[in-house]
Amino acid sequence: MRPILLQGHERSLTQIKFNAEGDLLFSCSKDHIINVWFSHNGERLGTYDGHNGTVWTIDVDSQSRFLVSGSADNQLRLWNVANGKCLYVWEFPTAVKRVAFNDDDESVVCITEQRMGHQGAIRVFKINRDGDGTDQPSEPEYMFNPVGSKATVCAFTYTPNLILTGHESGKVALFDIVTGSEVENNERAHMDTVTDLQLSPDRSYFLTSSKDKTARLHDTKTLRVLKTYTTETPLNSASLAPNRPYVLLGGGQEAMQVTTTSLRQGKFETRFWHKVLEEEVGRVKGHFGPINTIAVHPVGTCYASGGEDGFVRVHHFDESYFRAKPYGDLDIED
Amino acid sequence: MAVSNSTLHHTFDDELDFTDIESKYHVDLDDGLDNVIVADGIPIIDKSKLEKLLAKIAKEFTRKGAAIKPDDIFVPWDNASGKSKGFIFIDAGSADAAAFAISAMHGHPFDSKHTFLLNRFTDIEQYANMDETYVEPKTEDYHPKEHLRAWLADSLGRDQYVTYRGDDVEIHWHGKSSQCEIAYSKKNWTELYASWSPLGTYFATLFRQGVRLWGGPSWEPQQRFAHPLVKLIDFSPAENYVVTWSHDPIAVHPNLPQGPEFFSPEDEGNNIAIWDIKSGHLLRTFPTSLLEGEDPLVKKQMQWPALKWSADDKFVARVTPGQQISVYELPSMGLHDKKSLKIEGVVDFEWCPHGDKDKDDTDKAAKSGKAPKKAKENMLAYWTPEVANQPARVTLLEFPSRRILRQKNLFNVTECKLYWQNHGDFLCVKVDRHTKTKKSIFCNLEIFRVREKDFPVEVVELKDTVTDFSWEPKGERFAIVSSSDPNLGNPGPGITIKTDISFYQLDRAKNDFKLLRILASRTSNTIRWSPRGRHVVLATVGSSTKSELEFWDLDFNSEERREGQAVEWGAGIQHLGSADHYGVTDVEWDPSGRYLATSASAWRHTLENGYAIWDFRGQEIEKHILDRFKQFIWRPRPRSLLTKEQQRQIRRNLKEYSRAFDEEDAAEESNVSAELIAHRKRLVDEWNAWRARCKRDIADEKRSRGQRLDSGGGDGEKEEIEEWIDDVIEQIEEEVD
Repeated sequence: MRPILLQGHERSLTQIKFNAEGDLLFSCSKDHIINVWFSHNGERLGTYDGHNGTVWTIDVDSQSRFLVSGSADNQLRLWNVANGKCLYVWEFPTAVKRVAFNDDDESVVCITEQRMGHQGAIRVFKINRDGDGTDQPSEPEYMFNPVGSKATVCAFTYTPNLILTGHESGKVALFDIVTGSEVENNERAHMDTVTDLQLSPDRSYFLTSSKDKTARLHDTKTLRVLKTYTTETPLNSASLAPNRPYVLLGGGQEAMQVTTTSLRQGKFETRFWHKVLEEEVGRVKGHFGPINTIAVHPVGTCYASGGEDGFVRVHHFDESYFRAKPYGDLDIED
Repeated sequence: MAVSNSTLHHTFDDELDFTDIESKYHVDLDDGLDNVIVADGIPIIDKSKLEKLLAKIAKEFTRKGAAIKPDDIFVPWDNASGKSKGFIFIDAGSADAAAFAISAMHGHPFDSKHTFLLNRFTDIEQYANMDETYVEPKTEDYHPKEHLRAWLADSLGRDQYVTYRGDDVEIHWHGKSSQCEIAYSKKNWTELYASWSPLGTYFATLFRQGVRLWGGPSWEPQQRFAHPLVKLIDFSPAENYVVTWSHDPIAVHPNLPQGPEFFSPEDEGNNIAIWDIKSGHLLRTFPTSLLEGEDPLVKKQMQWPALKWSADDKFVARVTPGQQISVYELPSMGLHDKKSLKIEGVVDFEWCPHGDKDKDDTDKAAKSGKAPKKAKENMLAYWTPEVANQPARVTLLEFPSRRILRQKNLFNVTECKLYWQNHGDFLCVKVDRHTKTKKSIFCNLEIFRVREKDFPVEVVELKDTVTDFSWEPKGERFAIVSSSDPNLGNPGPGITIKTDISFYQLDRAKNDFKLLRILASRTSNTIRWSPRGRHVVLATVGSSTKSELEFWDLDFNSEERREGQAVEWGAGIQHLGSADHYGVTDVEWDPSGRYLATSASAWRHTLENGYAIWDFRGQEIEKHILDRFKQFIWRPRPRSLLTKEQQRQIRRNLKEYSRAFDEEDAAEESNVSAELIAHRKRLVDEWNAWRARCKRDIADEKRSRGQRLDSGGGDGEKEEIEEWIDDVIEQIEEEVD
């Protein structure tokens, strides 16, 4: 495994994303900058400058044409991937914590934080793909305020108008964006804040990570918990490895406690767990701070992790990773 | 059934019994008649004499101190005869005044014919309303008791241990990997911590209301001791008695139930209580002892166990530092011989433990029914510090004869610690001595050979400070942790003190203790001998950076030694393995000496709590990282019932037994892997079936939306990335006409 260290950020990473082909890797950080890299050699292609606060979240559409980003400067921005130009800016009363495209790239969902008397809101914007992309509707197509615990993460499902949300209380829910009503929920999905939510390629199941030290695999339709992966450290991110039956979990102690504990106790490792058998398969060391975000290449040939230490590490899997059968000849559907 | 407890209403499934609280806060309904007395034996009079009589009665009462006025008296009249009825009602004003008046005036001779008979009005009412028919008390059905040592009869010969995590208390079986299972678990089984009795018969849990003992295969309650807010408990060595301590002095509420199991008003203000386990009766209470002239407000580390038991449960003793040792006889808990052992300046003492041989002797004597010719007496050792011109002194004393067996004077003593070998063969007194300038401290070990005539003493002189000392159980060896680290004594964060570990053994030829081996510059601070001797584990406990475990065997080539007697001194010591358990706080061998358990308790820190079990070579057998993990304790085993001869027989035939065990192991291993493979196969099949269902659902959904079904098809294909590299080697410009 050949790790490539991407040293383009000055502060801790918040989210990293591969594009649909997996040749580009987007990363955002608390240093207000969004970077894009070639995933096969780690060369930096460019930056997206303009945000004036921590960039919490990014997402790229399936054609690698548009990039959306959400930031602590209360803005949601739409960028042209190819030339780094900012195409449109939406302003909100509070910070944007999570953005996501839907599967036909027509809509973007975003979560804004509950702060300073403003309620947490989920907004869905229609993206006008005609022209150069600067002509966007300023008002959201749908907007609603989920009641109860704060939403922290969200994503579109394969069913139109249904989104998945993860909440601070550990709840996972399905919302209808048209009516703003909760269609389905699982209050006890986690015991603590849901920190990440990533869907399978066909969006029929999804993986969540949580501060309660577990990651869980859920059925999108029923929100039933299918698998649980219990670790000994709070988790910040969890990702599914395509074509291999593994899940990748990352975390570590709270950033504020890092200085008081040694590297060894911190457990700043990426853990590989068997998706179906719920057993730990291996670990990859490297970061010297908690891992904040993990993304796997869409074909599963490499993965990247972004840490509190400000580095992104891209690991290309060795040949042996694809050949090894640690549990014997088991034919597992992806 | 539980040992018969006087609380008849107690049911089996009640985890917690709140009757004591209910009764404590039970409110007596005040019917307002507590202050009324009925006085009988009053002369029968007619109305003309009424005033005079009332004045006289009032005067009689007042003379005895129970002041009443004639107005307070109500006289009932028989209207038919026009005379009084011979009794009166007196309003004494309050219930207390009424009680006093009754005690003062009951049976008071008014005149030669009349004697006052006083009763509370409420009493009369109560007795008048009593049901006259006799109800025979129901005889309770006999429930056969479960055998409290049933776990020893486990057909697989497994040991048990208890874990306490969060609110869950679990009792586990520990055997081969397939035989490990949870024997019993219960939520909120204890509020503080859990404990085994020394022979493993009882399991004790602590609640706000007191201590509860559990036992038998179904873990039924066996006994309870109502000591509110109990914090510490200590069993006697033979499990006949238990000592409890609470920080809060005993307070007796008037509504609390009374009886031999409960505190009575005399116990108020005390902290320590001694109970009989079988009957559940309270034997005696003590206050926490204070040094003379010590300010009770200045908190000092209390010594625990506060009471020390002799090995046969016959005596229990406590020390009043500087003055005396008080020895109490059991079961009466009376002071032995009605006087304490007055010892000027005494600091600490220890009873001599009994060895297997002593126990065999007493068992034999008990069986034959007659006392042995010369009953072996108990022995205790105590030490007194240097006072004025007197040297410090260690004394061995026989008890109950109170004969001094041996005394040894010591000089320049700062502190002494007494360590008995667990069979009572040796006593080591670790003497911390200071140089004349009192600047540096070094250590002497004074070792008494107790089994020999005149108690010979050997001295081992050391230059360093000894921080831990430990005898090999049943053995003639001991290990010490010594340190010359300048940081010793001022611990700081991140400082790990360097230590040396030394092993000593009794040299039979020369009759003194010689160094076997020294392991220099370690960090280990804890010695844990296997309960069967021979194996020892050195651990670094309580350090934030080091957490090493070292496994040593002291008789590695014991087989060869049996043939060729002359073997090099200390040659048998062999390092078996090293391990690491991050953040370890407790290290404990299982009672068989085959396994070692290490745990990191949330009581000390919150990093990687959990426990691990190792074999004696340091191979990890299982490890569990569990949040909020608090306690791990092996269940102790009582002494083997096999005779020496039987044990020898088993050892001789060990090879045959082990062949059978090896076969079992092999069979099991193949069994386990087959099971595991089947389990995985099942999981994978379930997953694949679910995925197939999912894919069908999505296809249906998309078809109904009229979308193309191509997504997913293209994803699997690998994309070819072609990198075109143009290396310009030479560029020639030519002008073409």
